[in-house]
Amino acid sequence: MEEIVFMVGGQSGEGIESTGDIFATALHRYGYWVFGFRHFPSRIRGGHTNYRVRVARHQVYTHGNRIDIMAAFDRESLDEFGALLSSGAAVIFDPSAGQSTPPAGIDVRLCPVPLGDLANKAGGAIMKNVVSIGAAAGLMGLDPGVFDSVIRDTFAKKGEKVVAANQKAAREGFAYAQEHFGVTHRLSPPVSSPGMILSGNEAVALGALAAGCRFLAAYPITPATSIMYWLVDHFPQFGGVVIQAEDEIAAINMAIGAGFAGARAMTSTSGPGFSLMMEAIGLAGMTETPVVIIDVQRGGPSTGLPTKTEQSDLNEMLGGTHGEIPRIVLAPSTIEQAYLITRRAFDLAEIYQCPVIIASDLFLGLARASVPVLPAPAPGDRGKLWDPSSQPAADGERFRRYRVTEDGISPRSLPGQRGGEFVATGNEHSEFGPEIEAPGIRVTMMQKRLRKLAKFDLGDDAVWYGGDEHPDVLLVGWGASWGALAEARSVLAAAGKKVGHLQVVAIMPLPVERLRPFLANAKDIVICESNATGQMEAHLRRYGLLPAQVRRVNRYDGNPLTAADVLALWDLHPRAEGRPGERDPAAMVLPGQLRLAGETPAEGWPVLDPGLAVSGAKGGGEARDQQR
Amino acid sequence: MISSADLRADTPTWCPGCGDFAVLAALQRALPLLGVPRENIVIVSGIGCSGKISSYLRAYGFHGVHGRTLPVATGIKTANPDLLVIAAGGDGDGYAIGVSHFIHAARRNIDVTYIVMDNHIYGLTTGQTSPTSPRGFKSKTTPAGAAEEPVDPLALALASGAGFVAQGFSGEIGQLASICEQALRYRGFALVNVLSPCVSFNREYSYDWLREHLVDIDHEPGYDPHDYATAVRYVTEHHGLLRGAVYVSDRPGYVESLVGTRRPVDVDWEEPKARWPELVAEFN
Repeated sequence: MEEIVFMVGGQSGEGIESTGDIFATALHRYGYWVFGFRHFPSRIRGGHTNYRVRVARHQVYTHGNRIDIMAAFDRESLDEFGALLSSGAAVIFDPSAGQSTPPAGIDVRLCPVPLGDLANKAGGAIMKNVVSIGAAAGLMGLDPGVFDSVIRDTFAKKGEKVVAANQKAAREGFAYAQEHFGVTHRLSPPVSSPGMILSGNEAVALGALAAGCRFLAAYPITPATSIMYWLVDHFPQFGGVVIQAEDEIAAINMAIGAGFAGARAMTSTSGPGFSLMMEAIGLAGMTETPVVIIDVQRGGPSTGLPTKTEQSDLNEMLGGTHGEIPRIVLAPSTIEQAYLITRRAFDLAEIYQCPVIIASDLFLGLARASVPVLPAPAPGDRGKLWDPSSQPAADGERFRRYRVTEDGISPRSLPGQRGGEFVATGNEHSEFGPEIEAPGIRVTMMQKRLRKLAKFDLGDDAVWYGGDEHPDVLLVGWGASWGALAEARSVLAAAGKKVGHLQVVAIMPLPVERLRPFLANAKDIVICESNATGQMEAHLRRYGLLPAQVRRVNRYDGNPLTAADVLALWDLHPRAEGRPGERDPAAMVLPGQLRLAGETPAEGWPVLDPGLAVSGAKGGGEARDQQR
Repeated sequence: MISSADLRADTPTWCPGCGDFAVLAALQRALPLLGVPRENIVIVSGIGCSGKISSYLRAYGFHGVHGRTLPVATGIKTANPDLLVIAAGGDGDGYAIGVSHFIHAARRNIDVTYIVMDNHIYGLTTGQTSPTSPRGFKSKTTPAGAAEEPVDPLALALASGAGFVAQGFSGEIGQLASICEQALRYRGFALVNVLSPCVSFNREYSYDWLREHLVDIDHEPGYDPHDYATAVRYVTEHHGLLRGAVYVSDRPGYVESLVGTRRPVDVDWEEPKARWPELVAEFN
């Protein structure tokens, strides 16, 4: 097989996350490209959680549309996700633990494994998760020692005994699976070695470090906090500082203070915190202070869906704060781009002396995947920093910090520079800094600030396009949905459609002239976004880029937008296996499309509640909004 | 070395007789004593009459939004610990909209001198009750008299862990300048609450009334500002009507604990580049 999707599901607090991480990292080290995504509730103990890991021979950008091997520790794993099982999928479960049945009529291969007994044999029932991934590796025909090094790294702090016990647990599962079920899902050998495995949040943090940022102030919030974790671990080694602020208002004001002092500074948050930052974003715009803000969006409004993904903060990123300021909004589409765009953001913040907002989301931020080795740091562009030797201040005259210039950007002095003293104020101000109310100066200064971005162009990175040169169907997306749209495009192309995929990366200032040629000629424009009201569509419409009629795919049930959501418009479905376009579409397996198979439940499978077993549309492509 | 004259910028637009003139003068008197060059001084101010001080004191200044002086000052000081950072604002800025930052800056013991020009009223908006206005205080927003108890800034600072707590009076500029000097030299969070009369909108807290009621603890026999319990007792017994250095602790400041020999303002691409293979290897 070209690729396999593994899922481990259970209750929160059962170690599902670490199990998924061990599995993903081990397969990554083995030479496969993985993409892992965790589904979790907003509580610490209890509630279903699962971790899906797609393992492939080539780079993949989503966790896939199906499940091939499932380790089920609770009934919800099957009740809610059984519908995604592929034909011939293997289900690993502990027959003594009391499980639900798989959905009726799917030809799944039941693999009862005495997970608890084998874990006890290795040293403790707590290791049943590790037994289950050992069993999965057995079904895939991998090496029995595939998890050894990752287990060592994960448990080294707990001592050699714990390491050895876990390694034994994995091997017990492996041996049991091979003995009783053989190899059910053999992956073809790896063809190329991936370079790194990291999450979007880690990519953002790494990008900040690489960009020379050494200051983060943030308030903990799901799903942004792992940016903070990584920087707390790493900034001190590089002369940087992380402050856990008392709230997000403090966090962004601290970052603005650090930016004013001359540091490359940032704050990271999610929707509720981002809302609290609105006034300060205006302050950064008015005082022309560089600051980078990462918004890892989650389901809104208000507390919304704290552990679910959404792209519904766009309006706020574009317009949030009273008054009118120049600002830059960028949306990375992949984990690699999260690194590259964050690195770039610090240059842009200093070049244009304005806030830069990075629109990430939970799906991009928390998904953990193999990527090629990211490019090493290179010196950035700090923009117009005042150089007293080449631009001496006039004798006795105060520093003209907000000097009116042709491009609107004025040389910036930093505290500590003699002769550069000025006051930065959130009030309207003169070229020297102090507040004024004279209408003439007000208008001059507004125009000066607003023209800073007149010529802004992110270049080739501003938009991404893939597909037919003259498409009939044009999929339009932004942010983390890139992978899903790319998969949908290839299925549409395989179905004979002339299809293109346009991804908006620079969202503000919008690269209107770069977008226009793509949008002007497509017959069937489909705008796909994870929100209910079509915020990107409205944004594009405002610039006259869209015809009166477009189609929309809006998903806002908290789960990531998938290729299936898009393809449903044409009654098409993603491939069951392989890279997009490699397999026969008839092989797909999706909710409502489950093929009947002859296999009956194995002996020992406890049928708890047959009435709940079939879950045609549950957990699949629910809550799709399609409108003309 | 700088002189007081070097620290003069725009002519203040405060009302004649405003207590804030004395605060500006006290800072201009104290700062030259520290030997810090002007370009290394940053004054962050808030919103209100007092917030205009950053335009009147010639140095680097940051006039932020209402109530957020301390986070901005914290960011500046942490990013570049070589700077002398002053935050300044009014009682509304510090004890109403920004009171959370006040508590957290105090417990962090960030090396910032925080000067609050406390006139017990909102002056720039022409007279509304402030968080330090006494119960029963009549103003446009409390015509029947304020129903709430006032915040006691000294007690709040002591309870929040501030390293240095003092109160000055605009009518005693010599003592105020001395307090400012001590606060500026202090390596940690230093609150200087200045009873700074508003001559336009608050006749209750006049120079005369304050002169009559304030107890000068700098000259109080046997008063030891290093003794926390005594400080708390004095503040409580005198309802905060003290002037002088109330409390001086020797606990270490926040910035020292966070920032090593390198400063966040020293933007560097070389070290992450040199250590790139090691960073890449972490993600494997």
